[in-house]
Amino acid sequence: MISVRNLTHQLGQQTILDDLSLTIPKGKVTALVGANGAGKSTLLSLITRLMKLQDGQILIDNMNVGETPNDALARKLSILPQSIQLEPRLTVRELVSFGRYPHAKGRMQKQDWNKVDEALTVLDLNELADRQLDTLSGGQRQRAYVAMTYAQDTEYMLLDEPLNNMDIAASRSLMRVLRELCEHHGRTIVIVLHDINYASGYADNVVALADGKIDQEGTPLDVVDSAFLHRIYGTDAKVHILDDRPFVQV
Amino acid sequence: MGENDMPVKRLSFLALLLALSMVLYMTIGSRGNWDFVLAFRGTKLLAIIAVSVAVSTSTLLFQTIAQNRILTPSIMGFDALYVLIITMMVYFFSGQGMLSFGSYGLFAFNTLIMLLASFLLFGTLIFEHGRDLTRMILTGVILGTLFRSLTSFATRMIDPNEYAHIQIASYASFNSFNTELLYIGVAVIIACLIFVWTIRHRLDVISLGYDVAVNLGENVRTVQLLALAVIAILVSVSTALVGPVAFLGLLVVSIAHLLTPSPNHSTLLLSSALISCIILVGGQTIMERMLSLSTPLAVVIDFVGGLVFLLLLLQRLKK
Ligand SMILES: Nc1ncnc2c1ncn2[C@@H]1O[C@H](COP(=O)(O)OP(=O)(O)OP(=O)(O)O)[C@@H](O)[C@H]1O
Ligand SMILES: [Mg+2]
Repeated sequence: MISVRNLTHQLGQQTILDDLSLTIPKGKVTALVGANGAGKSTLLSLITRLMKLQDGQILIDNMNVGETPNDALARKLSILPQSIQLEPRLTVRELVSFGRYPHAKGRMQKQDWNKVDEALTVLDLNELADRQLDTLSGGQRQRAYVAMTYAQDTEYMLLDEPLNNMDIAASRSLMRVLRELCEHHGRTIVIVLHDINYASGYADNVVALADGKIDQEGTPLDVVDSAFLHRIYGTDAKVHILDDRPFVQV
Repeated sequence: MGENDMPVKRLSFLALLLALSMVLYMTIGSRGNWDFVLAFRGTKLLAIIAVSVAVSTSTLLFQTIAQNRILTPSIMGFDALYVLIITMMVYFFSGQGMLSFGSYGLFAFNTLIMLLASFLLFGTLIFEHGRDLTRMILTGVILGTLFRSLTSFATRMIDPNEYAHIQIASYASFNSFNTELLYIGVAVIIACLIFVWTIRHRLDVISLGYDVAVNLGENVRTVQLLALAVIAILVSVSTALVGPVAFLGLLVVSIAHLLTPSPNHSTLLLSSALISCIILVGGQTIMERMLSLSTPLAVVIDFVGGLVFLLLLLQRLKK
């Protein structure tokens, strides 16, 4: 369980997160949604200690972020940041093998390489494994980043817009991988999504952020309707219910 | 990650090339006077190799913690800072007073000040603005100019008799080096190299950028500080031994990235050290022994290294 208590974050004069409290259940896929600039990335960065905590408390199970050593946290939770600019000369396999660093500390064992191969296979990267990152398309590169996070093999995975640049096949296959990790391997997944249909289709819970506060949370069926879209995004779209899942007509 | 994918062939080739340069350096024109030649050229060779490795290693470390491949300690004014420190020492405490420290004591004291000054000046710069290349270059140029002007101002005030104390550190020359500090200098460099080798995997992770490194559990600031300390010490030693070497570091690390492209510091540390030694030892052999040129090697290296700097900068601006 990730529990966020009374989180306030300010940058300059601006209040980005405003006394935000949130509990993210263990073993579920939680989708974090909200308009551009709502504070989603900031929230994720604070949970994963990429940004320094200003006010409030964050607990990952019983680990207090900010007090737990960095490397212990790295074996507990992983983050795929929204934008990474990486050393372009890395090959895909080299990049993915860095995911093992929290466990292997540079001394890769057989089981580490097995995990790397598994990540490459699951994300359909075997053919690209020896290509350098700067020779890949945006979506292929994004898949390589996700594979690194997969290889890190942590109980909690937080992904900030992982579907960026991905085509529909890659997107659906990634969402299915995440569901599988959650259902059969007990992983807890937090994922920032802009396409509400992916949230409805694959998430157990939806958390909506607006103006640095939680606007609404619950199952997709509870949360997603036309009024919700109007309130959060200021857009009017029809919502249809199919097999107990709401779908936005775009 | 790991050492299993080292480019063994290329590294062996470089090692062979270095061995060849060393043999030529020791033997050409020796006229069979072995006792003298081995002792005299041997110490010189030791100094050259120590400085080569110090320069390549400090440059690689700096590029890793500053996240770019254009800036080097020299370009940022590290060695100008060391020259300033030792000039100030002579200026304020006068030659006689300084000598009572003993040259080891003085060197230790200078290095300590260098460490503190580097943390103050460059620490925050790298932490806060490391990603802002323009700002880093401007700051480096300004700091370098400031240090050099202060140095030349202080130099004018110094008693000419005491100038000898700072002469070696002030101008790059691979012929006149500080024999007094050679052995202690070599020992310090070896200690630094061993330490850098133990943190090579951490450096690999740091080079992936702040967010990714933190995600992988590295304490980015700690590694940056450790590296900065090693850089300050290495620059102090190499400047004390032969003087500021300006563009040598940039030249050898750029060549290392070309010849042995790799995300692993184990590979890059080795290849850049080898290349650095080859350039200095081979360069000395060719310029002095074979062509008997009077142009100092340092001038040639700075010319070529300066061109590389401009090329890298233009390339970066085009993007
Ligand atoms: N370095 C910064 N300085 C000042 N304000 C910032 C900084 N970084 C982000 N912000 C502001 O913080 C707010 C929240 O940003 P955040 O990146 O968390 O939004 P987000 O919900 O992830 O948006 P997006 O969907 O566009 O990724 C925005 O209003 C943004 O302008
Ligand atoms: Mg964001």
